[in-house]
Amino acid sequence: MMSSEFFGNWFLPGIWITVQVTLLSAALAFVIAFPIGVLRTNRLWIVRFLAGAYFEIFRSTSSLVFMFWIAFTVPPVFNISFQPMFAGVLALGITYGAYASEIVRGALAAVPPAQREAGIALNFTPAQRLRRIELPQAWPEMIPPFNNLLIELLKGTSLVSLIAVADMTFAGDLLRLVKNESAPIYTLLLALYFVFAFVLTRGMRLLERHAKKRIGQAPEKTGLFSGMRAKSSIDAVTGTGGAK
Amino acid sequence: MNWNWSHVDDFMPLFWDGVELTLKALFFGTLIAFSLGLVWAIAQRSEKKWIRWPVTVFTEFIRNTPLLVQLFFLFYVVPEWGPSMSPLTTGIVGLGLHYSTYTSEVYRAGIEGVPDGQWEAATALSLSKRRTWTAVILPQAVRRVIPALGNYVIIMLKESPQMAAIGALDMLGQAQGYSQATFTYEAISVVGVAFIVIAYPASVLLRVLERRLVR
Amino acid sequence: MSADSSTSQEIPNPAVDGSELIRFDKVVKRYGSNTVLDELDFSVASGKHVTLIGPSGSGKTTILRLLMTLVKPDEGTIKVGDNYLTHEERNGKLVPAGEKHVREVRKNIGMVFQQFNLFPNMKVLRNITEAPVTVLGLSKDEAEQRARELLDLVGLGDRCDAYPSQLSGGQQQRVAIARALAMRPQVLLLDEVTSALDPELVAGVLDVLRDIAHTTDITMLCVTHEMSFARDISDQVLMFDSGRVIESGTPEKIFTEPEHERTREFLSAVL
Repeated sequence: MMSSEFFGNWFLPGIWITVQVTLLSAALAFVIAFPIGVLRTNRLWIVRFLAGAYFEIFRSTSSLVFMFWIAFTVPPVFNISFQPMFAGVLALGITYGAYASEIVRGALAAVPPAQREAGIALNFTPAQRLRRIELPQAWPEMIPPFNNLLIELLKGTSLVSLIAVADMTFAGDLLRLVKNESAPIYTLLLALYFVFAFVLTRGMRLLERHAKKRIGQAPEKTGLFSGMRAKSSIDAVTGTGGAK
Repeated sequence: MNWNWSHVDDFMPLFWDGVELTLKALFFGTLIAFSLGLVWAIAQRSEKKWIRWPVTVFTEFIRNTPLLVQLFFLFYVVPEWGPSMSPLTTGIVGLGLHYSTYTSEVYRAGIEGVPDGQWEAATALSLSKRRTWTAVILPQAVRRVIPALGNYVIIMLKESPQMAAIGALDMLGQAQGYSQATFTYEAISVVGVAFIVIAYPASVLLRVLERRLVR
Repeated sequence: MSADSSTSQEIPNPAVDGSELIRFDKVVKRYGSNTVLDELDFSVASGKHVTLIGPSGSGKTTILRLLMTLVKPDEGTIKVGDNYLTHEERNGKLVPAGEKHVREVRKNIGMVFQQFNLFPNMKVLRNITEAPVTVLGLSKDEAEQRARELLDLVGLGDRCDAYPSQLSGGQQQRVAIARALAMRPQVLLLDEVTSALDPELVAGVLDVLRDIAHTTDITMLCVTHEMSFARDISDQVLMFDSGRVIESGTPEKIFTEPEHERTREFLSAVL
C-alpha cells in the first residue's frame, strides 16, 4: 500500500490540484457561458451567429486534443510559455464554457414570453429586462444542468494529468510506476472522484434550494439517494432538450 | 510563428492509420454502449430489489468517475486477476462501459415516455412480458431516443483520444508519436481540426434527424 | 400627469384636455395569411374610457398589443399625442422608430394583462417599485411610498411581502393594476383582465377599476367580455368585426339600440 511519505508528498497535493483545477476551470467556464449564452439570444443575427459559432466549434472539439494543442502547440508556434496547469484550466474552461452557454441560452429561452411583454409594458430597456427579469428567473433553472456539467468537468480534470499537471490521477499513475502495484491506488482514485462528485451535487442542491427560495418557489424534495444527476430538461453535453 | 506544411504532409499516412483505429474503437464501443445501456435500463425497472439496487449503484459509480481512470483500471488492474487486453480492446471496453451508463438514462427516459396505456393494452391482450417489451414498448421507446443516442456517439468520438494514454495509436496517439519523434507540433493541429470536421456535420445531421423523429 | 423622469423632456407629453390622444391610421396587421386588422382607423380622446367589444379573433387584443409595442403593424401608423409610436420623423421622412424613440412615447402607456404577468421572482412591493426605480429613476423611498399608496387603493396594503405565487388570481391582478399605475401612465390598456379569474374573484378587480375610472382622468382602453362593466365605466364602445370598427357610440346606444346586425347578434350571444 502507499507509504505515508508518498501520500504526503504526492497524493495530498494531487487532491488539492484537482480541487484547484476544478474550481478554476468552472469559474472560467461560468464567466464565458453567461455572455455567450446571452449573445446567442441577441436580436442581431450576426451577433447570434458569432456566439453560436463559438458554441458549435468548441462543442465539436475533443477537449483532450484541445488541451494538448494549447499545452504543446501554442507555446512554440506563438513563442510564449505558460504553466501546464494554466493550459489545462484554459482548455477545460473554454470547452465547458461552450457547453454551459447552451444552458444559459436554453434557460433564458424558457422564460415565458409574457414576462418579456410585462417588461416592455413597464418600459424597461432590453438590458434592464435581461438583468432584472429574465436572468433572475432563468437562474434557478440553470442550476440542475450546471450541476451535471460540473460533474463532467470534475471528471474532465483527470485529463490534465496527461499534460504533466500533478493532479490526483497523475499522483496515482506515479505511484503505480514506483510501487508496481495498481489495484489499491486506482480503486482509491475512483472512490475519491465519486466522493467529490457527491459533494458537488450536495452543494449544488443547496444552491438550487436557495435560488428557488429567493424567487418564491418551493424547492423540490430530493432524497439522499435520488441519484447524483439532477433531472433537467436541458442537457448541455448532448445538446438535447431545452427551449430552442 | 513558424508553421511547416511539410510536417503535415509527412504526418498524413499516420493520421489515416489513426482515423482507422479511432473509428474502429468508436464502432465497437458504440455497440457495447447501446446494448449494455439497454440491459441497465431494463434491469433498473426490474421488480426485484436485488437486481435494481446493484445495477443502480454500479451505473452511478461508473457515470460519476473519470473515463481516464477507468481506462487505467482496466489496463493495469484487471490483468492482475483477469484477462489482459490490448490498448485498443481496453479502449473499446472502457468507452462502451462508460457510455452505457449514459445511454441507459436515455433508454430509461424513452421507456418512461411510452404512455401507461400501452402497458395496460399489452396486459389486456395478455402478451407475455418478453413480447410486451420487444413488440410494444421498445419499438416506441427506441424511435424516440435515436437522436439522443446519436449524440452520445459524437461524445464518445470526442472522448476516444483518452485511449492514447494507455498506448492506443488512435488519431491523438499517432499525432503524439509523430510529434515526439520529430520534435514538431503540426500533427496535433491536424487532429484537432479533424475532430471538428467530423463532429460538427454529424451533430447537424442529428439535429435534422431529431426534428424528423421526435414530434 | 406625466412621469417626472430626467429622460422625459425631449418629447412633450400630450395634454389631458379631451383632445385626440390615440390615432390609428390605416393600420394593417396580418398573421401569416390571416389579416387581423384591415386598414383600421380610429381615435381615442384624452381622458375617455373606451371599451372594445366583438367576437374573439376580431382584432381587439391586437390593438392593445400594437399600442404596447408588443407587435408591430404591417402597414399604417399609430400616433400617441403628437408623436408617432411606431415611426419617427427623420429628415422629413417617416422611418420605423428606434428603441429610444419607442421608449420615450411608450412611457405614457401602461398595460394590465389577462394572465397578470407579475414577476414571480419579486415580492409584491418590488413588483411595483422595480420599474419606477429603474426606468423612471425614482428613489427607492419615493417608489415604495407610491407603491404602498397604490396597494392601499387596490385593497392589498397588507400583502407587500408576499410573493405573487402566494396570492389568489384576483389579488395578483390587483397588484398588476397597481404596478401599471405606479408608472403614472396617461393611457391604461386592460386586456381581458378578468378572463383568467375564478368567477367569485371578478367583482373585486372590477370594483378597483371602476374606482380608478371614476376618480382619475386616466384614459382607458379596455377589451372585456364583462358587458355590465363596459356599460358602467365606458364613455364610448367600439364594436369590432373582421378587423374593422363596424359600429361605435355611447354604451346606452350600443347596448340598447344597436344599428348593425352583427352587433345585435353579438350582444344577444353574450348578454
